[in-house]
Amino acid sequence: MRGYTERTKKLREESVSAQPRISLERALLETEFYQEYYGKVETPILRAMNFKNYMEKRKLYIGEGELIVGEKSEAPQVAPTFPELCAHTVEDMTVMSERKYINFKTTEEERIIQVERILPYWEKRSTRDKILGSMTQEWKDCYAAGMFTEFMEQRAPGHTVADDKFYHKGFLDFKKEIEEAIDDLDFLNDAEAYDKKSQLEAMAISCDAIIVYGQRYATYARELAEKETDQKRKEELLWVAHNCDVVPAHKPETYAQALQMYWFVHIGVTTEVNTWDAFSPGRLDQYLYPFYKKEFEAGTIDYDKARELMECLWIKFNNQPAPPKVGITLKESATYTDFANLNTGGINPYTGENGVNDVSYIILDTMDEMKLLQPSSNVQISRKTPDEFLKRAVEISRKGWGQPAFYNTEELIQELINAGKSFEDARFGGSSGCVETGCHGREAYVLTGYLNVPKIFELTMNNGFDKYTNKQIGIKTGNPEDFKSYDELQNAFFKQLEYIINVKIRGNNVIEKIFAEHMPTPFMSVLTTGCKENGKDYNAGGSKYNTRYIQVVGIGTITDCLASVKYNVYEQKRFTMKELLAAIDANFAGYEMIHNLVLNHTPKYGNDDDYADNIMLDVFANVRDRIRGRKSVCKGTYQIDMLPTTCHVYFGSVMTASANGRLKEKPVTDGISPEKGADTNGPTAVLKSCAKMDHTSTGGTLLNQKFTPSSIAGQNGIDNVSALIRSYFEMNGHHIQFNVVDRQTLMDAQKHPDEYKDLIVRVAGYSDLFNNLEKALQDEIIARTEQAFN
Amino acid sequence: MNKANVFNIQKFSVHDGPGIRTTVFFKGCPLNCLWCHNPESQNSKKQILLDGSKCVLCGTCVKLCPQGAVKIENNVPVTDMGKCTGCRQCEIYCIPVARQVAGREYTVEEVVKEVMKDEVFYKQSGGGVTLSGGEPLIQIDFLEELLVKLKEKNIHTAVDTCGAVNFENIRRISDYTDVFLYDIKLMDDKKHTEFTGVSNKLILDNLRRLSEVHENINLRMPIIEGVNADVNHIEKTIDFIRGLNVFSINLLPYHDIAKHKYKELNINYDEDKMSKPSDEKMQNFKETFEKEGYKVKIGG
Repeated sequence: MRGYTERTKKLREESVSAQPRISLERALLETEFYQEYYGKVETPILRAMNFKNYMEKRKLYIGEGELIVGEKSEAPQVAPTFPELCAHTVEDMTVMSERKYINFKTTEEERIIQVERILPYWEKRSTRDKILGSMTQEWKDCYAAGMFTEFMEQRAPGHTVADDKFYHKGFLDFKKEIEEAIDDLDFLNDAEAYDKKSQLEAMAISCDAIIVYGQRYATYARELAEKETDQKRKEELLWVAHNCDVVPAHKPETYAQALQMYWFVHIGVTTEVNTWDAFSPGRLDQYLYPFYKKEFEAGTIDYDKARELMECLWIKFNNQPAPPKVGITLKESATYTDFANLNTGGINPYTGENGVNDVSYIILDTMDEMKLLQPSSNVQISRKTPDEFLKRAVEISRKGWGQPAFYNTEELIQELINAGKSFEDARFGGSSGCVETGCHGREAYVLTGYLNVPKIFELTMNNGFDKYTNKQIGIKTGNPEDFKSYDELQNAFFKQLEYIINVKIRGNNVIEKIFAEHMPTPFMSVLTTGCKENGKDYNAGGSKYNTRYIQVVGIGTITDCLASVKYNVYEQKRFTMKELLAAIDANFAGYEMIHNLVLNHTPKYGNDDDYADNIMLDVFANVRDRIRGRKSVCKGTYQIDMLPTTCHVYFGSVMTASANGRLKEKPVTDGISPEKGADTNGPTAVLKSCAKMDHTSTGGTLLNQKFTPSSIAGQNGIDNVSALIRSYFEMNGHHIQFNVVDRQTLMDAQKHPDEYKDLIVRVAGYSDLFNNLEKALQDEIIARTEQAFN
Repeated sequence: MNKANVFNIQKFSVHDGPGIRTTVFFKGCPLNCLWCHNPESQNSKKQILLDGSKCVLCGTCVKLCPQGAVKIENNVPVTDMGKCTGCRQCEIYCIPVARQVAGREYTVEEVVKEVMKDEVFYKQSGGGVTLSGGEPLIQIDFLEELLVKLKEKNIHTAVDTCGAVNFENIRRISDYTDVFLYDIKLMDDKKHTEFTGVSNKLILDNLRRLSEVHENINLRMPIIEGVNADVNHIEKTIDFIRGLNVFSINLLPYHDIAKHKYKELNINYDEDKMSKPSDEKMQNFKETFEKEGYKVKIGG
């Protein structure tokens, strides 16, 4: 059993062995509340009161031995539901209970409650219904064909990451500031003053909500202490009660209170609405260190105590599965992981010095010991980061389950500055969720959906016709057999690209409006700088910075497809476009020579070969420039990310074969990784190819590298992987992560899942249990090129 | 313009000298070691590797060869290497991927361009470029020019040599080589001749002379059960290198992963005569060297 102490061993075991299930407590409280108040108060106030109602009435949970308290629902591994966003049908509830992967148990009784008490109110009222009812036919066709996905289809905008503000102030302080802002409103000259007032009042109510929650926990812990016969536990419960007296109402005074403060805030954000991507502590080591240092010097804490408390927090993260997803949203993000992400190391955001401190090592040790899927842990490596820290992180990463991932501090800061953020704010930046970058605590950076770029090329090769849905869904860009040159083909592709991006962004604008008007998040607004100052909600563009991301998927596949046509059809003239199209239609059956040529004897991305890499640069710049810098309706600025989660598997599954030899329905490439089997020149060539794109003009890129365990054994292995990371970062690479497990083990695990219950692999910007992945994704991970040290 | 026949440029090479390196494998070797794990390195000319288990005798190679160099004889496609220009058409159009042309002519500029691609990794890891083979020193004019160019660019250089060349060749590159990876196979001359085809006199003599002009010599010793995996060989080696500038030793246990290449080249492989030495034995040899104060590593 894993755990630094008996307590954390036991708590961890409870967390990993519980079967995820749903609870309708939140849905019921919310439905009753809406039935009484909807239409009687302004929407922001309605949302804040709804949040407070839940915090006042919900069941509390303090597990045996717990030191940090608070759950999203009634107990560990229980997920609340959010009918205001997505009212699950009975069929949905049956599917989520019975499906093989990522299941949530639901009972017959719950299904009856859903039908009788919840669905009748929320049908046609949920944002999902509103969104699907507002989309154009073009959007619906593209969505059905898998041209793109939509993050907000059944979840709310996510991605707030904590900065340091609630370690310096309590929610009573925040409330006071909000009340002052209300007093300062200019009702004579400011036409928006009334709207601002209800937004600010809503924020003040949400402060009350979290304070009530903390007070209830203090009371509950004292009740339990009263009944407790074990003297030691009794004292612990009183200690917990005292911590809850202090936070969240007041600023934390101790290391333990700082952790408890974070956790209350986390629960607040993730129960106010169902944000995709929970909430992230951001630069936790930087924020906790002053508390640790003060107590360490006073002799009131030592490594052991600090470590145990950190493990308690880790288990809390793992207790919260992402609320159940259905349909395409499940396909794009098929995981329990709720994408809470930590950035450890990097630079000190206040001074710019090396940021690695004692708490950074406590976090690494905790990550290593706990080996949990959540939180998704990463390290920031700066030029100032000591080798000792990098190598300790590599040592953990080498164990093969994908954590920590590695991020480049200088590059992150440059990305943020390039996107118009101030240097001071950029230093508080980092990644969250997966690999996407933002200024923590100051920015709403909303991921809006994945874009299937290889399929846009597939449409181009079919004059806009989609063979998966048998519909003309793109524009007519011409029959490729008539194209005289590669340039003609490329231009047609770019036209098609422009069209699909416009369909996506038009839909985004409507969805953004729906959330701004119907689904404000006053609690999140309290936490995000700018919302109070602007008197505007987080979902309405109130934050200091507002970014809208589109995640570009399949750069490897699209590059190889274009390289293949350019090289084979137009330059070497090995076969004609007509022959290639026939081969693709036949899934290469009967066209083995063409398949051999495109697969084995054509320049490919990932080999540090300028022929293919220049095509990648061309596509990259064209996609980016069609998205980056565009304005959204709520003052957001568009930006791209190069990350897939599990969407590359879904995107591939709705496609025919490709010009690069990829077979029908097989996954497209993940992140910025090369096509499986295409990178034959080793890891340095992969890193060189990947570094050619200008990462600093994106909001994050994701690179997977797989190694066999024997290939990185010994001190040399650690030194070499460290050098690879430093080199990639010197070339401005954004992120790299490793899977260290051999093909044989994975294949065996697929055959004998029972023997590999704890096998964790890196998927995209997160790790998951191998057994939780659907077969297509398992196959895809097995097929990722394994780099062996010769 | 100097040109050399190279059969592989291996990126991310981490067992041929310090750090992350690129290893350039030259074709052609004066030795003919029984256990050679790069049999395609021995012959200085181009060769065809043919995987008979994959070949389906479709005849595409025969049809496509612009020189008419390929014929099917006794159900095997046979290539007249005298006619082959190395155009690789037979390799590219081979659907079952059964053919591979080993060896390609490179200019110094081409090699420099290729190896400089990984400069950033050399700097971060303390790595560089290793010139290996085959025997790089038999293409000495090319090698010297290449090394001079790499040193101009401040790249760490290693030369992996069997030592069986004119000492003048070694002397010419000595100043541009940061580390010599010097192979010692057998101390017993009779056995050396039997297993490698040449006497070890020149090799040992050159090592002594190299030690007088160079400080950084890393000894590479393949250890093969059935050939040299005995204490006698180790002790004789120690006697010989005592007082020389050998700073570290790599003991390389025999493995037979190159077996398939012999088959593809249609060369006999005497696998019965050789086997992998036990881990325990390797450990003992390592300790024997360590007692003498050497830094020793098992493996590359």
